[in-house]
Amino acid sequence: MASPHLPGLKDFEVRDDPAYPFPHRYRLARTEEEREEEELDTRMIINIGPSHPAMHGTIKMVVELDGETITAVDVIPGYLHRGFEKEAEAHTYNQVIPYTDRLNYCSPLINNFGYCETVEKLFEVKVPERCEYVRVIMSELSRITDHLTAVGAALMELGAMTAFLYMIEQRDYLWEHIAHVTGARMTQSYARVGGLARDVTPDWLERTRTLFREQLVPRLQDIHGLLDRNRIFIDRMRGVGIVSREDAINYGFTGPVLRSTGVQLDCRRYSPYSIYDRFEFDVPTGKYGDNYDRYFVRMREMEESIRIVEQAIDSIPGGPIRVDDARVSLPPKAEVYGNIEALMNHFKLIMEGPRPPAGEKYHAVEGGNGELGFYVVSDGTGRPYKCRVRPPSFIHMGGIHLMLLGHQVADIVPVFGQINMIGGECDR
Amino acid sequence: MTLDWAFLLITAVNLVAVIGLLLNLGGVLTWVERKQAAVMANRIGANRCYIPVPVPAKAPGGGWKVRWSKRFTLVGLFHAIADGMKMLTKEDYTPPFVNRFIYNLAPFIAFVTVFATFAVIPFGGPVEPARLLDGPLLSGIGALDGARAWLAGFFGDGSGAARTFRLQLADLDIGVLYVFAVSGTGVFAAALAGWSSNNKFSLLGGLRASAQMISYEVALGLSVIGLFLIHGTVDLGRIVDQQQSLWMWGIVLQPHMFFLFLAANIAENKRIPFDMPEGESELVAGYFTEYSAMKMGMFMMSEFVAIAVIAGLVTTLFFGGYHVPFLYDDGFHFGESVVPLSHLTVVVLRLASFTLKVLVLCWFQILIRWTLPKFRYDQVMRLGWKMLLPISLANLVLTAGIAQIVNAR
Repeated sequence: MASPHLPGLKDFEVRDDPAYPFPHRYRLARTEEEREEEELDTRMIINIGPSHPAMHGTIKMVVELDGETITAVDVIPGYLHRGFEKEAEAHTYNQVIPYTDRLNYCSPLINNFGYCETVEKLFEVKVPERCEYVRVIMSELSRITDHLTAVGAALMELGAMTAFLYMIEQRDYLWEHIAHVTGARMTQSYARVGGLARDVTPDWLERTRTLFREQLVPRLQDIHGLLDRNRIFIDRMRGVGIVSREDAINYGFTGPVLRSTGVQLDCRRYSPYSIYDRFEFDVPTGKYGDNYDRYFVRMREMEESIRIVEQAIDSIPGGPIRVDDARVSLPPKAEVYGNIEALMNHFKLIMEGPRPPAGEKYHAVEGGNGELGFYVVSDGTGRPYKCRVRPPSFIHMGGIHLMLLGHQVADIVPVFGQINMIGGECDR
Repeated sequence: MTLDWAFLLITAVNLVAVIGLLLNLGGVLTWVERKQAAVMANRIGANRCYIPVPVPAKAPGGGWKVRWSKRFTLVGLFHAIADGMKMLTKEDYTPPFVNRFIYNLAPFIAFVTVFATFAVIPFGGPVEPARLLDGPLLSGIGALDGARAWLAGFFGDGSGAARTFRLQLADLDIGVLYVFAVSGTGVFAAALAGWSSNNKFSLLGGLRASAQMISYEVALGLSVIGLFLIHGTVDLGRIVDQQQSLWMWGIVLQPHMFFLFLAANIAENKRIPFDMPEGESELVAGYFTEYSAMKMGMFMMSEFVAIAVIAGLVTTLFFGGYHVPFLYDDGFHFGESVVPLSHLTVVVLRLASFTLKVLVLCWFQILIRWTLPKFRYDQVMRLGWKMLLPISLANLVLTAGIAQIVNAR
C-alpha cells in the first residue's frame, strides 16, 4: 500500500485485516446541522477542561452526554499557544533550539534533532558519524521516556497509581542519565546545527547498558506482569477508543495511534533519516486500533528502542561530533583567541547566526507521538523566514471524536492518555 | 426502677473505645495509605512533618544556647495530625449556587452512618469485671484487694453472682441487618452531596454513587446469608460465639463469599477499583467536587473510617471476630492439654486478636487500592448484577440445601 499523504516514499506494509471483534461505535456521529436541530432532551453538555485533571496540559472538550454516553465531542485546543513559529522568525537558527525543547517536553531531544536536521538539510551538510550515532542513542532514550510518560499517565488516570510511579521512576533514571551528558533533565537543548553540544564518554555509554539491564528492562517486565492480563485493565482498554485504519490514514494520524491500527508506518523505517537504516528493529503494530493496542505498541516500541540503543553503542565510531564547516560550526576556542578569521567567524555565527542558502526544506522525524515534521524556509539570512512544525498531537486532536463517540465519559481519560496529547506540541 | 450503673459504665467505656479506636484508626489509616503506597512504589513517603526538639549547642562566643535543630518526625505520623489541622483551619467555602441545607447535611450523614455501623460489632470477648484482677500474678498483690472487692460489688447483680458484659456497643438481635440498614443510609450522603452541589460533575458522581451503592447492597446482603443459615442467627455476637473453633470461621466455611463480601464492601466504600462516584480522573472529585475544608475532610475521614469498619465486619463474619484459635475462656486448649490463663490475659489477648485482624484487613484493602486500576461505571454495574449477584444467589441455594441436609441428620 502506497502512502496516501506522502506519495513517492517507500511502501509501507499493512497487516491483513482480522475479523473485527468490536462494533464501530462511532457510527453514532451526527453532522453539526443535525446536532443543532435536535433538542437536548435527556442530554447534557459538560465542559471538560481547560482546567481538569484529565486534560494534561490544557485543552478543552465540550462533551454532550446522554446519561454517561458521549454523543458529541468538540475539542478546543490552543490554551498553551506560545507562538513558537512566530518566535522562531525573530531568532537565529541556533537560538531556536531551546524553543524546540518545549514542544514535546516528554522527549525534547527528538525535537532538537528534528529541527537541527532540517536546518542541516538546508545547509546540505552531513554531520559526522559519531554525531549521528549519539543522536540516535539520545533519540531512542527520549522515545523511551516519552512512552514511559504516556503509558504511565494513562495508567494513573485509570487509577493504577503504583504502575504509574514505577514508570515515572524509570523515566527519571533515564532523564538523570541523559542529564549527565546534556546538563539538564528536561529542557536539554543538546543539539546544535551541524553537531552536538557535548560528546558522550565511553563510561556513559557503558552505564546506559547497565541502566537498561538493571532498571528499565526488569521494570518493564513488572509493568507487563501487572497489566497485560489484568482483567480490569483489559476491560478498560480493549475495544475502547477504536479508530479504523481508513480513518486513521485519512485523518493523518501517525505514530503509535496509527500503528495500533495495523499500519506499519514509521518515519524511521519508511523514510530512514539519520542512520536508522543501519539498525535492526521491528515496527510493532496493533490489530484493532484500540487503547490496548496503543498501550502494547508503546511497550513494544520501548523494547525496540532498547535494541537500537544497544546496537548503536556496539558500533559507535570515534571522531568529532561537529561538522567541520565554517558556515555552521563554531571554531575551536584556541583558534578564536589565536587568529582574526576564526574570531570573526565566531562573532558572525553568534550575532547573525548560521546562514543557510535560500530555500525550503521539510524534514520529519519519528517523535514519541508520531511524525514530527519541521518545515523551514530560509531567505539567506541568519534567521528562519518561516519555521513550521507538524505536531502529531494536533493532528490527533482533529480525530479524537472518532475514538470517543458512543463511549462512556470515563473512557475520555484512557483514550486521551493513550493518544498522549502534549500541550506544548499541540498548541506550540 | 433503678439505674443500672454498672451497665452504663460499661457502655460508656465501650463508646469511648469504639469512637476512640475508629477516629484514631481513621487518622492513622491516612498515614498508612500514604506510607504503604510509597513503599509499594519504591518511594519514601510522608516524612516531612516534625516536632522540633531543642538541642543544646555551643554558642559562637562561648557558653551554650538552644538550637531547634533536631526533628522528631516519628516516621511521618504527624502528617495525620497536620492534615486534620489543615482541614479544620482552612476556609470553609460554600459556593453560592448550592442548596445550603442539603449541602451541609450530606457530610454529616456520611460521617454518622459509618460510625453507627460499628456499634454492633463485638470487638472483645465477654468480660467479667469481678474476675479481672484474679490470676496467678495479680492475686498475690494485697494492695489490689480493695479494688477487687469494689469490682465484685459494683458489677455484681446484688445476689453475689458476677455479671458478664460484652465488649460491644449495642447487642442487637438484628445484628447484620442493622449494619446493612445503616450503611445503606450512607448512599444518601453521596446522592445528596452530588445533587445539592449544583454541579454537573457532582451530579454525575452522585448518580453513579446511588446506582452503585444500591446495586452492591444487594450482593452484600446476599453474600453473607449463607453464613446466617449456617449459624442460624444474624446476631453478630452469637455468630462470633460460634466461631470459637477454627473450623467454624467464615473463611473456612464460605471462602468464596469472603471475596465477594469484601469486594461488595469496597464498592460500598467507593474506593478503587470501584471509585466511580469519585472518579478523580474524569469527574474531578465526583460528588464532593464542591466541598472544601473539613466538609471535604469529613467525606475523606468517613472513607478511611469505613475501611476500619469493613475490616471489623469482615473479621467478625469471616475471621472469628475476637477469637484466637484454641483460646477458650480459661486458656488455650490443645487437644487434651490445657494452658490455663487468667481472665485478664484472655480479655487482652482477644482484644489484641481483634485489633490485629482489623489492621491486617485494613492493610489488605489499601493494598488492593494501590494495585488495581479502576473499573468503568457500566463495568461496575455489570459486575454487581451479572457476576456477584448470581454467584451469591447460587451460593445461597447451595448452602441452604447443605444446611437442610445437615440439620435433618
